[in-house]
Amino acid sequence: MERLVIALAGNPNCGKTTLFNNLTGANQRVGNYSGVTVEKRQGCRCYGAIQYDIIDLPGTYSLSAKAEDERVARQFLLDESPDLIVNVVDAGNLERNLYLTLQLAELGRPMLFVLNMVDMAERQGIVIHDKKIAKLLGVPVVRTVGSKARGTDELLDAMSVMKVEQFTPTEIVVDYGEPVESIIAEVQRRLETVAYDPARSARWQAIKLLEGDREVEAYFAALKGGEAVVKLAAELRASLEEKIDEEVDIYFAERRYQVVREWAAQITTKSETSAPDLSERIDRVLTNRVAGLPIFLLLMWVLFNGVFTFGAYPQSWLEDGFAWLGDMARALLPDGELRELVADGIIGGVGGVLVFLPNILLLFLGIAILEGTGYMARAAFLMDRIMRSVGLHGKSFIPLLLGFGCTVPSVLGTRTLESPRDRLVTMLVAPLMSCSAKLPVYTLLIGSFFSDEWAGTVLFFVYFVGILLAVLMAKAFRAHLLPGDSEPFVMEMPPYHWPTAKSLVLQMWQRAGLYLKKAGTMILAASILVWFLTNRPAEVQYSQPYDELIAAGQQQALVADDEGRAALEAAVQKLQREQQSEKLAQSYAGRIGKAVEPLVKPLGFDWKIAVSLLAAVSAKEVFVSTMATIYSVESSEESLAALRAALVADQTLTPLVALALMMFVLIYTPCVSTLAAIRRETNSWRWPLFSAAYSVALAWIVAFLVNQIGSRLGF
Amino acid sequence: MRRKLSQLRPGEAGVISHVSGKGAIRRRMIDMGIVPGMTIEVAKLAPLGDPMEIKLRGFNLSLRKNEAELIQVETVA
Repeated sequence: MERLVIALAGNPNCGKTTLFNNLTGANQRVGNYSGVTVEKRQGCRCYGAIQYDIIDLPGTYSLSAKAEDERVARQFLLDESPDLIVNVVDAGNLERNLYLTLQLAELGRPMLFVLNMVDMAERQGIVIHDKKIAKLLGVPVVRTVGSKARGTDELLDAMSVMKVEQFTPTEIVVDYGEPVESIIAEVQRRLETVAYDPARSARWQAIKLLEGDREVEAYFAALKGGEAVVKLAAELRASLEEKIDEEVDIYFAERRYQVVREWAAQITTKSETSAPDLSERIDRVLTNRVAGLPIFLLLMWVLFNGVFTFGAYPQSWLEDGFAWLGDMARALLPDGELRELVADGIIGGVGGVLVFLPNILLLFLGIAILEGTGYMARAAFLMDRIMRSVGLHGKSFIPLLLGFGCTVPSVLGTRTLESPRDRLVTMLVAPLMSCSAKLPVYTLLIGSFFSDEWAGTVLFFVYFVGILLAVLMAKAFRAHLLPGDSEPFVMEMPPYHWPTAKSLVLQMWQRAGLYLKKAGTMILAASILVWFLTNRPAEVQYSQPYDELIAAGQQQALVADDEGRAALEAAVQKLQREQQSEKLAQSYAGRIGKAVEPLVKPLGFDWKIAVSLLAAVSAKEVFVSTMATIYSVESSEESLAALRAALVADQTLTPLVALALMMFVLIYTPCVSTLAAIRRETNSWRWPLFSAAYSVALAWIVAFLVNQIGSRLGF
Repeated sequence: MRRKLSQLRPGEAGVISHVSGKGAIRRRMIDMGIVPGMTIEVAKLAPLGDPMEIKLRGFNLSLRKNEAELIQVETVA
């Protein structure tokens, strides 16, 4: 079977991905381009006797390779030399879309021009003359309506008759005029002396060298004799810039726009009877100066509740399911190490990954709707002024808001930001939005050490400090860690349209699948590690022969009367808790806790807190259960009373230390799931490690200040 | 009358006469179609007065005030 590689290229919001879904069905997979976080979508379709391997390139406005996704798209077109470039164009927005078309045509590769969303254009009263486009570009034209799955077969038919000659664009698409054309010709002549890849167009490369394109320069610098051509082009560029008093690449871009405008005038006619623009009418409400922000906040409330309140139901089913599985494993497997590892380590670990799944599916569905309808751009428009004052982008608001629920979806949500710098800063401060798993810790400590009148104020204070620190850290990261001019904000406000259910579901599943694959394995490994640290070594020296005492107690309980039995069972449970407590104290985690005690002393903490903090890296709420184990008291969601009493009785803990501890829990290293999500989103170990390190340092400093200043003030 | 785009009020329109600025911002604006000769209209301002939404032929863009300051437009007085 013949195989052809097809690349779909086009502007963002041109309906390219919907078209891709129509072509490939569910027969697709999503990954990342190596080394970057840009999503790589590919799929295949067999039609007639040909198998098409279709790549949906990231949507770009240009091929200048300045932004990450542009670079990825261009790199793919150059290095993989697909058999055919399918340029998808929004028919309702022809002029701007043609700018990319010209740049694609300049590559000199076989190409097909797809006029998509023609129904929208017709409704706006725009008539497009296909034949003229075909003539100007020198490539065939196909019409489609992606959202209604119209034109897919026509597109496949056109692809199947593809002949290289018929599909190769006109040699000189854009005439740059004199003296530029003769300079291009001069560079082109010199290129003949270099043995470059024949799939690359000579004219295009000459233009790029004159523009001073870094990547094409690097390509030639590595070839024999290429250095000289790069040098020549640089000299010609310098003299040309002097002549035209303008940067060459900007001159070229403006010239392309002139051609675009000339073409647009030739190939479209707009009838006067255009229907009123629905999108504009919706926007009159949604981005209204008065109502815009309240509506936005309302929608965010819906999103937040959708993700966390709705998600809580399937989440609790999953939790119950895994608890049941754990019990089953405990019942079925023989007593010993394997049983503990499977029941607590592995099932617990897998459960820890999967319990997030409902939230994450709902989050990705929500984001897919926000992005697909075009509202995301409006959200950024509404929030930008506020977010910019702290050095972030308007779009950062949504991920940060989600952080109050759970940092994992928050980190995954940063992918809606285009600039890698905005994305990173948002990701690094997101854990400071106090997530819901930290709430049980606050509840425990506030309930133990603060009176009811103060409880609300203290809780608010903790959340407020988190937000304040996020603002300060965002500014600091922006200024020192990732300095430079702020990225241009210039952003398209695409017309509203309802995305197809198919594309919503596909996007949701694909992103959730990536999370499970990439982050899931790390969360599982880390959960097993934490389990190991808190449960090993298995054999420890107990202060009393617990096993025998417990066995004896159970024996006696069997023969005792009702009253006696209850007392004996309580005694047995107490023994079991004491045994657990001693075991934990001597576990690796316990030893680490004691070893690091001097480090946390200045904060007013002891080794017990250190151990609990260590265990809580697996998930913040684990802090509470670990403390309960250490103090060998019962704890359940209903009854924290015993643990509270134990904490209050402990001499090291005072309201001041409790406050310092809440600060520490608020700030210190994100849980392993979050770290895994950061690793997944940045595609490197560097940022999760940095995130963990900086937050521990910051937590230490803040807790230290709280403790020291507080005790000076006499608390 | 020659004015900066940032000085236009919602509903006002003009023809771009010059785009200043360098580097990433300038290139991004060009990629998005903000080039001399294009007709541009201010559609609205965000609730806090910044950024602004503008209409170019066939599509809408949002840009920050400091970006709009780089764009010179010729308006019909």
